[in-house]
Amino acid sequence: MTKTVLQSTNINKYFKDPVLSQVLKDISFSVDQGEFVSITGKSGCGKSTLLYILSTMDTDYEGDLRIDGDLMRGKTEAELARIRNEKIGFVFQFHYLLNEFTVLKNVMLPGLKLKKYSETEVEHRAMERLKTLGIDALALKKANQLSGGEKQRVAIARALINDPIIIMGDEPTGNLDKKNSDIVFDIFKQLCAEYKQTLLIVTHDQSFAENTHRIIEMEDGRIIG
Amino acid sequence: MNIKLIADIAKSLLLARWRQSLVAAIGVTFSITMFIALLGFMNGLNDLLDGLILNRTPHVRLFNEIKPNPNQPINLTSDFQDGHNFIQSIKSSGVRLEIHNGGAILEALKVDPRVLGISPKISSPVLYNSGTIDITGVVSGIDVIAESALFFFKDYVREGAPLDLKNVSNSIILGKGVAEKLLAEIGDVVQVTTSKGDRLPLKVVGTFQSGIADFDKIQSFASIATVQKLLGKPNTYITDIQIKLKDLNTAPVVAKEYARLFQADAEDIQTANSQFETGSSIRSLISYAVGIVLLVVAGFGIYNILNMMIYEKMDTIAILKATGFSGSDVRKIFLGIALTIGLLGGLMGLVLGFSLSLIIDQVPFNTAALPTIKTYPINYNPKFYLIGITFSLITTYLAGFFPARKASKIDPVIIIRGK
Repeated sequence: MTKTVLQSTNINKYFKDPVLSQVLKDISFSVDQGEFVSITGKSGCGKSTLLYILSTMDTDYEGDLRIDGDLMRGKTEAELARIRNEKIGFVFQFHYLLNEFTVLKNVMLPGLKLKKYSETEVEHRAMERLKTLGIDALALKKANQLSGGEKQRVAIARALINDPIIIMGDEPTGNLDKKNSDIVFDIFKQLCAEYKQTLLIVTHDQSFAENTHRIIEMEDGRIIG
Repeated sequence: MNIKLIADIAKSLLLARWRQSLVAAIGVTFSITMFIALLGFMNGLNDLLDGLILNRTPHVRLFNEIKPNPNQPINLTSDFQDGHNFIQSIKSSGVRLEIHNGGAILEALKVDPRVLGISPKISSPVLYNSGTIDITGVVSGIDVIAESALFFFKDYVREGAPLDLKNVSNSIILGKGVAEKLLAEIGDVVQVTTSKGDRLPLKVVGTFQSGIADFDKIQSFASIATVQKLLGKPNTYITDIQIKLKDLNTAPVVAKEYARLFQADAEDIQTANSQFETGSSIRSLISYAVGIVLLVVAGFGIYNILNMMIYEKMDTIAILKATGFSGSDVRKIFLGIALTIGLLGGLMGLVLGFSLSLIIDQVPFNTAALPTIKTYPINYNPKFYLIGITFSLITTYLAGFFPARKASKIDPVIIIRGK
């Protein structure tokens, strides 16, 4: 029996500005541990909106969201921040590294925030992850000295620092060329195969989606397959 | 909470825009510098001006005043108890100016624990004779040692030695204005005539300058024994007892008590010089107001810079929030930045304010009215430094509060989607 990592039940979402419009309609699905799931669909179908709800950053929705069996409704902002810190790793379309810090520090920050390990241990774990992704040589560079592909790999290392139960990606390859896209995809594939890492990736790149375990296709705020 | 991590992030953000941070800190530094220098200078002046009068004014003065008897005969009869008595042409009674039983009072005052020191005095109106001209004036008979200890008499003697008043018989220290009118120098002899017509030649042993020109034009000092001799009175005769208390604020109460106890008139310093208290407090108020205005202006500078920083660092805030930092963590980061600017700017301000005070303290300041003052007066009370740093922290906290709250409320979804 595999564990259900994330479960969404009848999630509805409305935009109230400028006019009331429903962007998500009765979204129900679940993701099991070790699955590599992609969400695809045309621009404006609501896939990113859904991801932000699933990531707990957007709390303005109807329906139930369970992460690791835990109901998200009614939690305070600080509790949700803690869940994001501990259980969810993020990779965005734009790298979103902090330019003020070195690569190593960028990777360490969520780990330091969690405080599960001591600072030296967090540093050690961060180096391990950078090594796994083949970018340990860049550890002491500033974030803004890296190329796009390198930045995205650093972002993946940061997402992994707290051993999250799920990694969410919002178009993680959307801003990369073919070569770097392949590198990022291979990393995801490897994480899934070797570490049983659960992944939920929003993408409109069909070739990317086709290589994942499961594709959730969306249209007009509904899941169609 | 993970203070170290928050401080670390705040430090990085601060250093990433170190020029802006520096400008904000310099704003605070400038305000605190001016605050410290202004208060130090203002209070130095206050002390000086207060000292001009208060140092030379006894806290309580015992004397007998010429005045009508408060117990007029009509009040003693029971016939008119119910009516309101109108009596016209009352004359002051011929009271003795001498303090009755002065020796015993002096002994009683010496053992009173509230009393810091006492100095007996005789005041006598006189005429200074210079050729055919008579100049009206006052000679005070004083105990030079007590007068110097309590009222800084020595500081005001410009020429000659104050102690000669005690050591040389029939000697006098003339006020600067009097000496100029009489063309008298040390060693000269001046003729002094009392209101009764007795004349005595006195040897000039010095001149003094109080800083109040009108005072110096009439006032001279001699020893108690000399004035007693001048007036033809016995050696127990004194007209004033000047008392300095340990606590100036108790003067009105003590004055009332002494008036009753010693059956003399007693005047306290607050009544005698109320206008100086008012002047001091108004001057302090103005300097505090100016200092606080400066700080508020610096506060707006910090507010602007933090606001700008938050707009620039939207991405950073969004990513911090996405990776698990809560709104209150973000708020603490920005408050930390504000308080660091306030603390560093404030400390620099204290150092520079102290330096500026030292410089002002060296600026020559010579005025005929203030003979003992050579440079601008400065008060180095640590209280001002404490107030300065406290205010700088409070202002920067308030200036940082609203931007920090705004940062804590930034919705990461809007920032991340907006790309």
